[in-house]
Amino acid sequence: MPKDTGIGASTPRREDVRFLTGKGRYTDDIDVAGQAHVVFLRSDVAHGRIASIDTSAAEGVEGVVRIFTSKDFEGVGGIPCGWQITSRDGEVMREPKHPILAEGKVRHVGDPIAAVVAETRAQARDAAEAIVVEIEDLPAVIDMKAALAEGAPRVHDDLPDNLCYDWGFVEENREAVDRAIAEAAHVTTLDLVNNRLVANPMEPRVAVGDYARHDGSSTLYTTSQNPHVIRLLMGAFVLGIPEHKLRVVAPDVGGGFGTKIFHYAEEAFCTFAARALERPVKWTSSRSEAFMSDAHGRDHVTRIELALDADHNFTAVRTQTLANMGAYLSTFAPSVPTWLHGTLMAGNYRTPLVYVNVKAVFTNTVPVDAYRGAGRPEATFQLERVIDKAARELGVDPVELRRRNFIREFPYQTPVAVEYDTGDYDATMDCLLEMIDRDGFPARRAESEARGKLRGLGINCYIEACGIAPSKLVGQLGARAGLYESATVRVNATGGLVVMTGSHSHGQGHETSFAQVVADMIGINEDQVEIVHGDTANTPMGMGTYGSRSLAVGGSAMVRATEKIIAKARKIAAHLMEAGEDDIELKDGKFTVMGTDKSVAWGDVTLAAYVPHNYPLEDIEPGLEETAFYDPNNFTYPSGAYACEVEVDPETGKVDVLAFAAADDFGNVVNPMIVEGQVHGGIAQGIGQALLENCAYDAEGQLLSASYMDYTMPRAHDFPMFQVDHSCRTPCTHNPLGVKGCGEAGAIGSPPSVVNAVLDALASGGHDVAHIDMPLTSGKVWAAMQGRGDK
Amino acid sequence: MYDFELLKPATIDEAAAMLAEGDAQALGGGQTLIPTMKARLAQMDRLVALSGIDAIRGVCTDDDGRICIGGGTSHATVAREYAKSYPALASLAGRIGDPAVRSRGTIGGSLANNDPSACYPAAALASNATIVTNTRDIGADDFFQGMFTTALEEGEIITEVRFPVPEKAAYEKFIQPASRFPLVAVFVAKFADGVRVAVTGASSDGVFRWSEAEQALSDDWSADVVAGLAAPGAEGMISDLHGDGAYRAHLVKVMTARAVKGAV
Ligand SMILES: Cc1cc2nc3c(=O)[nH]c(=O)nc-3n(C[C@H](O)[C@H](O)[C@H](O)COP(=O)(O)OP(=O)(O)OC[C@H]3O[C@@H](n4cnc5c(N)ncnc54)[C@H](O)[C@@H]3O)c2cc1C
Repeated sequence: MPKDTGIGASTPRREDVRFLTGKGRYTDDIDVAGQAHVVFLRSDVAHGRIASIDTSAAEGVEGVVRIFTSKDFEGVGGIPCGWQITSRDGEVMREPKHPILAEGKVRHVGDPIAAVVAETRAQARDAAEAIVVEIEDLPAVIDMKAALAEGAPRVHDDLPDNLCYDWGFVEENREAVDRAIAEAAHVTTLDLVNNRLVANPMEPRVAVGDYARHDGSSTLYTTSQNPHVIRLLMGAFVLGIPEHKLRVVAPDVGGGFGTKIFHYAEEAFCTFAARALERPVKWTSSRSEAFMSDAHGRDHVTRIELALDADHNFTAVRTQTLANMGAYLSTFAPSVPTWLHGTLMAGNYRTPLVYVNVKAVFTNTVPVDAYRGAGRPEATFQLERVIDKAARELGVDPVELRRRNFIREFPYQTPVAVEYDTGDYDATMDCLLEMIDRDGFPARRAESEARGKLRGLGINCYIEACGIAPSKLVGQLGARAGLYESATVRVNATGGLVVMTGSHSHGQGHETSFAQVVADMIGINEDQVEIVHGDTANTPMGMGTYGSRSLAVGGSAMVRATEKIIAKARKIAAHLMEAGEDDIELKDGKFTVMGTDKSVAWGDVTLAAYVPHNYPLEDIEPGLEETAFYDPNNFTYPSGAYACEVEVDPETGKVDVLAFAAADDFGNVVNPMIVEGQVHGGIAQGIGQALLENCAYDAEGQLLSASYMDYTMPRAHDFPMFQVDHSCRTPCTHNPLGVKGCGEAGAIGSPPSVVNAVLDALASGGHDVAHIDMPLTSGKVWAAMQGRGDK
Repeated sequence: MYDFELLKPATIDEAAAMLAEGDAQALGGGQTLIPTMKARLAQMDRLVALSGIDAIRGVCTDDDGRICIGGGTSHATVAREYAKSYPALASLAGRIGDPAVRSRGTIGGSLANNDPSACYPAAALASNATIVTNTRDIGADDFFQGMFTTALEEGEIITEVRFPVPEKAAYEKFIQPASRFPLVAVFVAKFADGVRVAVTGASSDGVFRWSEAEQALSDDWSADVVAGLAAPGAEGMISDLHGDGAYRAHLVKVMTARAVKGAV
């Protein structure tokens, strides 16, 4: 039953009012009195040795406060990496220094060489242009295979082979997997590229550093998904500022998609310079700068082999991936192709043997890190593509082949470390097939053919591990941080309350959905609950928002804190009514002595907590404020089935998406409207990856897609109306809300169905095309139809 | 953006005088020039805004029945004014950029810029338009001289563009999905004395006439005749992220056939 309030209600997003009326308060809206502006002089070559930097002319430019180069950062740490991977040979990954400003060498187009602080941004820009930098060009390494070849130029002089790590997972399974593949009745092999993307949140990054002379504390306002993480990384590892002297504020943030998780050099610079100059320093990225300084996403080159027995049971999966790290290790970069990717390679299937090899490679490109889905889209794409290819080779129905191999018993221990707690893959597939009227497809195809178009249907499943947490588990996997979440619930005397959460909302609608949960638990109105996030000064230490973790982990912390509040409030209520605590029931915002008509309202109890005239002071403290930290014992495992129907124009190769359907199992759902919106956004980005978006470099390391003139952001008109269903629900078994997380599913589940659909369309036109690498631009599809595709 | 002085002449002569002096550049709708200036890729001491010159704005018809569009006329105006009398031209103008671009951007600016992927050059070349400047008349065949290059002298102002109206015409635009400029677009115009086919987006020399198609279509006005032609050579075609030369050459043929089929 749809509800109109509390858990399960599609409460309109309260934050939208300020976002849509221009009243949001973003980092760029923050101007601190006396602030100066910084402009970074960035490398326009991909690789070179810095012979000299002459700032003398620039220093004379009007308004210049000071010009910084790497010399000013001697003794200051590099940008740290938050995750350590161990190679197959037991060696830890190579972790070259990532300086705030380039030291000795530039390693990608956009690498910052100098920073000019001036009274105005325009003056800083003028001065930056007046800096004379001599760079001796070095040959650039862009292609990952070339980077690993003997004698390749070195991105980092002390790393002979540009290899960051060579990871095997599960190494003990390697031989068994090789054997199973050698002995298989059928092996399908697929070589593919998971294209590099730029996240492109609507709001470019901004940082404002401030320094308080009176107490020697620093404040950083920044466009971050996780202010506490930035405080920890920057304070402890880069600038040496203890947490109690450092405040990080991430106010309204206009989209992150992963790219605002990481600690960036510009943040450290502004904090450092504000202290050095004793005045605030502000940096606002331009869109062009964002293309060459925001961490990029994906960029894997993979070979996957799927082995099947004579009955079409999957017997083994073996994959080899080259993962681009870019020029330096971004905060979570090493984890993306490994633990967020290898662990998903069982997919929704009972494949008993899996072996994943990943070589992470340094190149002269922008660092690559997590982008919506992070590793899981890459896993899903290769697995769901190779299954479709196998179905084609074997002449079997791709849905039936999947069903034959579905996992049906839970909990299910995969051969790749993780244990799925719940799921029902038949249910989501059944739901999907009904939504898309699969039986009606031949008629629709005939109708397209009558118009000279080729129609195709692509279907796939996905599974993801999200609610990114278990500190114990991620610690074993190489995380250098814990991944719990926190919440403080502060009830005010008159009954309203504030939740201070370590999660961060940058478009997800936490202020609405979190309030629904707490209001529902207590039985008060949602508008009595305020959600506060984004400021380390008034929220408990939390790890922030990414990996579809906010409700599953942050929401659970909030539930735990609220439970503590209710427990204490019940004690107070028992005292007020002179009843036993066990006899007190909380319902609809009222404490009642069970079996009687005696009750006190929520507001009477909260008032008593703060005006403790009649109060059990000997048993409990006054006040009503509780904090909880929550660290789950497993990931959550959302899953689903997706379908895409396309039409291909055989004359031009242009692909039109006619229909897209998603059947997801997210466990319990707090706000169906928000969930639907999250899935829509994810699908848009997934179709964007499959058909439109491509971050491309030329052989010299120049970024070819450096603006919206060449980087194809999806537009509304590129999509049909999406059909989204999340009625299949197998609640998560280990968090109190039974929720699984929905933020990344759309981006994870959608690319394979788009590609599967296009290839299905081509096949119907007699074009036997095994694969086309994303994005499936019209030119590539046309070339494939001419028999001169990539493969 | 670098600092500059903004001048606002009220007449063509005033503007010409301002442009003749020192480091000055004309500003039409600014839809190309302003982004270039913002990126600090263009620098001038003085910017001469043509938007205050009434004489180069608006449309009329001359004695020969040609439609005459002031050089400072916006894309939106052309889209609105010629929906009936020259629908192919109106539809071209109505598909440039977005509403903001169309209400600021001008035909003079587009032709003067001669971006190899711009729309108007195809219309001007296929229609055999005359580009009128403050000093002379230039035939379209002489005006376009390669990518971003035209017959215009330094400081010369496009005051008007005169289009003979064909019997039938159409503009087929296959968009580059990011910029939404043409990846390849073809303007086909059928006159009593022959057919002209102009192609934009495809060649690294900018807009060009596809003479084989013109010949064939002048003999036999049908989409089928285009199907029988070989696509123009891929050599000299633009090759980039969005399509290689062979693909663009192929699209020239497909778009030409579609234009013929859709011509009104
Ligand atoms: C988002 C976007 C999308 C676009 N999409 C398209 C598209 O699909 N197709 C397309 O064709 N164009 C497109 N454009 C370009 C648009 O049509 C521009 O308006 C046009 O190219 C330039 O016209 P303007 O009046 O804005 O000229 P400006 O930008 O003001 O000037 C351009 C150049 O022309 C010169 N100039 C201007 N007016 C005159 C004149 N009367 N005489 C002599 N020289 C002059 C200037 O000095 C400058 O060198 C797009 C632009 C944008 C921003």
